[in-house]
Amino acid sequence: MFGIRKKREMNGWRGKILRIELSPRSVSFELPPIEMYEKWIGGKGLAGYYIRPHITRAFDDPAMPLCFFTGPLVDTPAPTSGRMTIASRSPLTGTVGDTSAGGLLGTHIKRAGLDGIIITGKSVEPVGIIIQDDDIRFMDASHLRGKPISERMSLIPGEGPVALIGPSAENGVLFSSIMIDGHYSSGRGGLGCVMASKNLLYLRVHGSSKTSVFDDESLRRAREEIMRLVAASPALSGEFGFSNFGTGALLDLVNARRMTPSNNFTETYFPEAGMVNAYRYRERYSTKKTGCAGCQILCKKKGADGSIIPEFETMSHFTALLGNTDIDAVVEANRICNEAGMDTISAAVTLSAYSEITGETLVPKRIIELLEAIAQSKGEGALLKEGSFRYAQRMGKPDASMSVKKLELPAYDPRGAYGMALAYAMSTRGGCHLRAYPISHEILRKPVATDRFSFSGKARIIKISEDLNAVIDSLTACKFIFFAATLEEFALAFKGATGLSATAQELLRAGERIYYHDRLMNSLNGFSADDDDLPARFFTMPGSSGDGIEIPPIDRHAFLSARAAYYAIRGLDEQGHPAEKKLKELGLI
Amino acid sequence: MRELLKKFESRLINQGLCEDGHILFAALDDDIFWNKNGSAASLLEEVIAGLNIASILFAKPAEPYFSILNALADKAANGFFVPKDSETRTFFHDIPVTDIFDAQTIIAALRRRRSIYIKDRGIITYGTISPEQAFVVYSSTCFSSYVKFFSDILYGTMLDDAHNDIALMEATRYVQFLSECKDSISLRKGPFTARDEITNAMIEAGNATVHCRLVDSYFGNISYFNGDSIFISQTASSLDDLAGCIDECPLDGSSCAGITASSEFTAHREIYARTNAHAILHGHPKFSVIMSMQCNKKPCEFENECYRRCPEKRWIDDVPIVPGEIGTGKFGLCHTLPPALEKSKGAIVYGHGLFTTGENDFREAFETMYNIEMMCARRYVDLLRG
Repeated sequence: MFGIRKKREMNGWRGKILRIELSPRSVSFELPPIEMYEKWIGGKGLAGYYIRPHITRAFDDPAMPLCFFTGPLVDTPAPTSGRMTIASRSPLTGTVGDTSAGGLLGTHIKRAGLDGIIITGKSVEPVGIIIQDDDIRFMDASHLRGKPISERMSLIPGEGPVALIGPSAENGVLFSSIMIDGHYSSGRGGLGCVMASKNLLYLRVHGSSKTSVFDDESLRRAREEIMRLVAASPALSGEFGFSNFGTGALLDLVNARRMTPSNNFTETYFPEAGMVNAYRYRERYSTKKTGCAGCQILCKKKGADGSIIPEFETMSHFTALLGNTDIDAVVEANRICNEAGMDTISAAVTLSAYSEITGETLVPKRIIELLEAIAQSKGEGALLKEGSFRYAQRMGKPDASMSVKKLELPAYDPRGAYGMALAYAMSTRGGCHLRAYPISHEILRKPVATDRFSFSGKARIIKISEDLNAVIDSLTACKFIFFAATLEEFALAFKGATGLSATAQELLRAGERIYYHDRLMNSLNGFSADDDDLPARFFTMPGSSGDGIEIPPIDRHAFLSARAAYYAIRGLDEQGHPAEKKLKELGLI
Repeated sequence: MRELLKKFESRLINQGLCEDGHILFAALDDDIFWNKNGSAASLLEEVIAGLNIASILFAKPAEPYFSILNALADKAANGFFVPKDSETRTFFHDIPVTDIFDAQTIIAALRRRRSIYIKDRGIITYGTISPEQAFVVYSSTCFSSYVKFFSDILYGTMLDDAHNDIALMEATRYVQFLSECKDSISLRKGPFTARDEITNAMIEAGNATVHCRLVDSYFGNISYFNGDSIFISQTASSLDDLAGCIDECPLDGSSCAGITASSEFTAHREIYARTNAHAILHGHPKFSVIMSMQCNKKPCEFENECYRRCPEKRWIDDVPIVPGEIGTGKFGLCHTLPPALEKSKGAIVYGHGLFTTGENDFREAFETMYNIEMMCARRYVDLLRG
């Protein structure tokens, strides 16, 4: 696979995976061979390996694994290496469901001597798990049921970061998150419901043994090269960048490009953006920086009073999408979602579908009422808790759901960026911007700018970017840092951590395998070309043209041609299904 | 795709990096698009099959780059050479060289780095997003090699008479080129207030800077301050293609739309705060960069970090030379450059490039950049002639 190791002992990885069975309660350890790590790297890749044998099970089948996996860079000096992957089958979409999560949990899983934790079974009683290095305990968690996240946090014994679900997961909200440390959300796809189905309310880990690395000096050099690029990145370190303003820094730019989803994606420009941008939050909340373990960018923002400042998607969707200009209401909506454990993107888009279907304009008070109703599964909330797709179907207006594969769309209107249009449609977990993340080149001009109103070349770009992000989610690092650095620098960090000589292109090949594996798992659940598509209104309705920028509907024929090109480049058949030849080539059968 | 290939093929020729007919350029989507038929196309298709890429460029550099790269290839130890300018240090690290022109050798090198030089044949680069990446890497390989070659001559690590002849001939030719190209430049008079006036003046100055080859088109930046906002070129924009690539950044910080502004925005803002300037031009004129790296202090505790930590006050004539990295980090040039420009209309950032200012418009900034570069090139010729 990769180059020959000079030492036999394992570095970067811990070489051990913990299996926890909830019914009956038991724990066991697995010591995967190095070849398996080389093939799947860690994080998303390794979690996919353990999920695949079960992927056709229902999400609430006790045998369905819930995986918490780290990568070889976690708990090393590699920049932004504090992230991890949580994965299972998505309750909301039925696709493979993996999310990259921040906070400290990944670091402590590594320090507990583990690369990952696989949880199966279903506890009879509400249970929590506390891992303190080698000590693993099952804890009664009955007293936590129904309580908001912050209260649960205060009641959970022990020390160390904690992943937990909130009341929304217990109440069957299909876009329930798993929250880490109260405000880092493993949000998309509803994995909170998988955890709830196991009657598992929390997982707390505290580890104290540092992960060994192969070569401190080469890791230090890689880190220096990466940090030099971060310092040179306007998007990350510039005056208007993520470090200063958080991801909300994107709001003005996306709106200036006339691609802010507004009024349930019927418009693409929000004239009041200047009232709800990151600058306004800074002024009102005196924001300060915070972020994940091992991160120097620190893109999360907190108010001086401790308020969690919303991320870009939440900022945009709880304003432009719903016609709201009250930023206090956005902070409150974000707080409610965090306390209940709900994905803010799906929540906002579901409310906007509700607004379109019912014709009701949602004033701030009503937004808050509906979010609370969803979290409690009461009144209209009992319908809305299943997400926009099922709600719109049930109401006989399926076109009002702005989703792909039932996952609600983020805050970049695809009529303003055709790479994003293709990325949404092809994403293996549904309407997600992070699988290919084309805003780097279509909006932020990195590594070079591409024509955002053209599909030319985009099929290959999206495919390569998906491979790249699969590597990032397996290492596991943060996607933001790749606005500045490349796999060349991270290949050096990988070598410093593990001792394996992998080039950037070899890592990308592993990423191709990991992403193709997603396609394989989805095809086993019946997903095909019909699912790799966008909501109809993007092909029929123009966006909000102005300032010399035309936002026409997306040309359906051009989109389908790009999709066909993507299938050909990815090595899929015309229905988007994996091909035997490619599966063999990638070592997947 | 074909239009993009044509665009960047033309730039390679217009910027003197390649001669027409020596460029083989391909872009990939679900098919491969070539700019022309070439005998190496089938070998390059093998290379493409071995990599996960979206474009590939193979071209023989025009002179003097071809001779320079061959000279550096001859001296390369361990199969690569390491230029020490800031572009290479930040983005490229080292440049592999080989004299074996087969697919597996090229694949192995390109798996590690984005640019490889095949001795006596040409540079091969690739992009994972667009042909523009391959163009940028190609252009930077030429620039970095040029700077390294002329620096090595000064340091006496290129002692061959033939190398000295190449250097003297090129430096003399360069001085002549600079003398001639300036005559065609005419920039509008400031001050400017309206947005259109400002952007048109920036576009004009950007074109002039590239025309006189005071910057590779992809690098450098430019800004104008009208009292309320700083208008600045976007990151990854080309100074000869600025239309639609200028961000207006209000000084009160009320909008983050300038998140795409040049990575040097902070330095520009600080310069405006400290001086009477209303225009800033930043280019990478070759001999200013080369001369900025000339230092004979031995031993020096900052020998491998002089680009960012040199504590000495250094000058070429009355032009200050300051250390500093790109961007806003601890060693960022945003900390060192603005103080230097308080007392000078131009300052060179070690191994990186030249920043110049104008009180009302770009005429003064351009004139200063031109004069400093001419002075540095002449100084270099004088040094060679002893």
